Amino acid sequence: MKILVTVKRVIDPYIKVRVRADQSAVETDGVKMAMNPFCENALEEALRWREAGIANEVVVLSVGNDSCVETLRTALAIGADRAIHVKAANTPQPLATAKIITAVAKREDPGVIWMGKQGIDGDYNQTGQMTAALLGWGQGLFLSSAKFADGVVTGESEVDSGIRVIQVKTPCVLTADLRLNEARYATLPNIMKAKKKPFETLTPEELSVDASDRLTTLIVNTPPPRAGGVRVADVAELVSKLREEAKVIA
Amino acid sequence: MSEREIMEYDVVIVGCGPAGLAAAIRLRQTAAESGQEISVCLLEKGAEPGAHSLAGAVLEPRALDELLPQWREDETCPIKTAVTTDRFCFLTEKKSYRLPTPPSMHNEGNYIVSLGRTVRWLAEQAEGIGVDIFPGFAAAEVLYNEQGAVVGVATGDMGIAKDGTQTGNYQQGVELRAKYTIFSEGCRGSLSAEVMKKFNLRTDDAPQTYGIGIKELWETEHANPGEVLHTIGWPLRNDTYGGSFLYHLEAGKIALGFVVGLDYKNPYLSPYMEFQRFKHHPAIAPLLAGGRRICYGARALNEGGWQGIPQLAFPGGVLTGCAAGFLNVAKIKGVHTAMKSGMSAAEHIAAALKAGNEAATLNDYEKDLRTSWVGDELRKVRNIRPMFRHGLWAGLSHAAIDTYLLRGKAPWTFGHHNDHSQLKKASECQAIEYPKPDGELSFSRLENLAYSGVNHEANQPAHLKLRDNSVAVNVNLQDYAGPEARYCPAGVYEFVKEENSDQHALVINAQNCVHCKTCDIKDPTQNIHWTTPEGGGGPNYDSM
Repeated sequence: MKILVTVKRVIDPYIKVRVRADQSAVETDGVKMAMNPFCENALEEALRWREAGIANEVVVLSVGNDSCVETLRTALAIGADRAIHVKAANTPQPLATAKIITAVAKREDPGVIWMGKQGIDGDYNQTGQMTAALLGWGQGLFLSSAKFADGVVTGESEVDSGIRVIQVKTPCVLTADLRLNEARYATLPNIMKAKKKPFETLTPEELSVDASDRLTTLIVNTPPPRAGGVRVADVAELVSKLREEAKVIA
Repeated sequence: MSEREIMEYDVVIVGCGPAGLAAAIRLRQTAAESGQEISVCLLEKGAEPGAHSLAGAVLEPRALDELLPQWREDETCPIKTAVTTDRFCFLTEKKSYRLPTPPSMHNEGNYIVSLGRTVRWLAEQAEGIGVDIFPGFAAAEVLYNEQGAVVGVATGDMGIAKDGTQTGNYQQGVELRAKYTIFSEGCRGSLSAEVMKKFNLRTDDAPQTYGIGIKELWETEHANPGEVLHTIGWPLRNDTYGGSFLYHLEAGKIALGFVVGLDYKNPYLSPYMEFQRFKHHPAIAPLLAGGRRICYGARALNEGGWQGIPQLAFPGGVLTGCAAGFLNVAKIKGVHTAMKSGMSAAEHIAAALKAGNEAATLNDYEKDLRTSWVGDELRKVRNIRPMFRHGLWAGLSHAAIDTYLLRGKAPWTFGHHNDHSQLKKASECQAIEYPKPDGELSFSRLENLAYSGVNHEANQPAHLKLRDNSVAVNVNLQDYAGPEARYCPAGVYEFVKEENSDQHALVINAQNCVHCKTCDIKDPTQNIHWTTPEGGGGPNYDSM
């Protein structure tokens, strides 16, 4: 089985993001970028499946501008076999991304598409679901564990009431939660080897996908700073404040 | 333990800053010109090139002109903001007096840059001509052959838990073996310190002296690209060496920072709080009003100049850039000298490789560099910084005499002192009350730290090690009132009162560390030892 893994380039999770002075977007110029953490887990799981003999090839795909090449190189260094970069001016919105992934999946014919459950930048949590719908495949979302046997994936995901267990037939789309595994590091010798691995560059046009935006961002605002806390003298004052000022109890 | 994996290169460079990158680029250029094949790799402990780079910075392009003469025509080169005006002021608490700008501080033809961005661009140039750059890998160990010559470095093991056991992610370090190793770790590099000791590179020299520079990047409506301001005086007292820099960049950005000489004597002094207070000066506050701080960081710098430079060559390796100490304090610049030292090292290594000499001691590199323009400019200003130990006015008057009358040709050379031995006991000093940060112009240390992007893998042994645990409380706290809690710009050191007792204990929040190395320098008994944490850890500066 071939596994297609999508990896997104996002602002490094340890960077404090800031809104551009003109409020058009979050500032990315000069800001450190990294692989989306959920995508790291997706890649790790695919590599484990290959090591366990479930898969024989792991192909990584990233959609976005030229800097995505770096993220794909990292994925190759971590262990993927082959990379595909679909070049788009900026990161397309979820629907366009899902269409691109769908087009690539039709060419590659993978048994499973492993994806991060969401990007930590837009936090849409849509692309995996849309891809499954466009392909007409089953989906296993937010997986914190996943096992494959006889063409069926049995996965667990955490829900409010506990653990939900699902089964889905391949081909399918699976999305990874952080608890799925602990992602490995790239090693120095593998970084060198990664430079020689196959790397393909495509455009949305070549895939006959319209990657234009459907949504318009009007304004991006910084959340208001948190107001300082108040110390109350006793329970009675707390109750009265909750009732009179915060109006959260009757 | 299994054998480590080995990768072989002709030259391994430790540290992806201006010196290391200039060396890498020059090596590949020389190789191409002379038809040699020279393989070069560069290790960087930061998560990417530039992530740990921090400087003012005004760049004198002299070395860059020699290295990449076409840089001005390159659209992608981030060096764009030419200096337009230059002011040097003395501050009192309420007033600002303009002083004549000393000739060494004139900035015609210079550029205001972000060192981080400049480094990223240089790294692209280096990769473009075949240099292997490995960010996220810390060189943790020097490798020696049987004759004692340096033959490369090893990267640190990754995936070691706090308790020293291997985690599921354990990955053994790799040996990078080389015919020559260039140490360009920056100021107070940990491996540079090791080779200096091993090869006695510092025996004949005065000790190195240092300063700590703390910097913020602001976005404001009051930026006037190209303007340069330096101040001395308030809020520092006359007996403390230091001052501020304030550089106006493009796109509404102002880089400002404060440098305090680490030979300060009062353990109650907090360089961080001096900087916060400084921003409230009536000449500074209006520039920042209504703006926002977008990045924060700190780094130690060399102030030893000519006298502080150790021997540069030893069997199999050389020291370059701030790892050796080429900062010109009078100019407040060191990127150009760092780059030139890297280029010079590269040329001598390429020649040695061509002649078939491996692991030799390249004494000619040192000789050439000392007689090059780098040596010239450092020698001329060598006596300026040492005189400031007698106070601001003595230092300034001497600087004027030395510059205008003696023109740097005085027949004497003043020596230095070790910074760590300069602290007085707390009982001999007055505590300093700093105003509380207002959250608009000035901030608490931890609030600011969030803007450094600092991160370390949490489950790893602390990379800040105490040689003797009891000294922290018995000496540092009792005699010196815990100076590390004040000079550390990242809040790594905290003296915490133990529950149900009057005893205090030192807590080391190693995760906060921005790799400035000040603790390694200033700790009064040299009990604190800075080592490299797991690769990729540390700050993630955005254009500092």
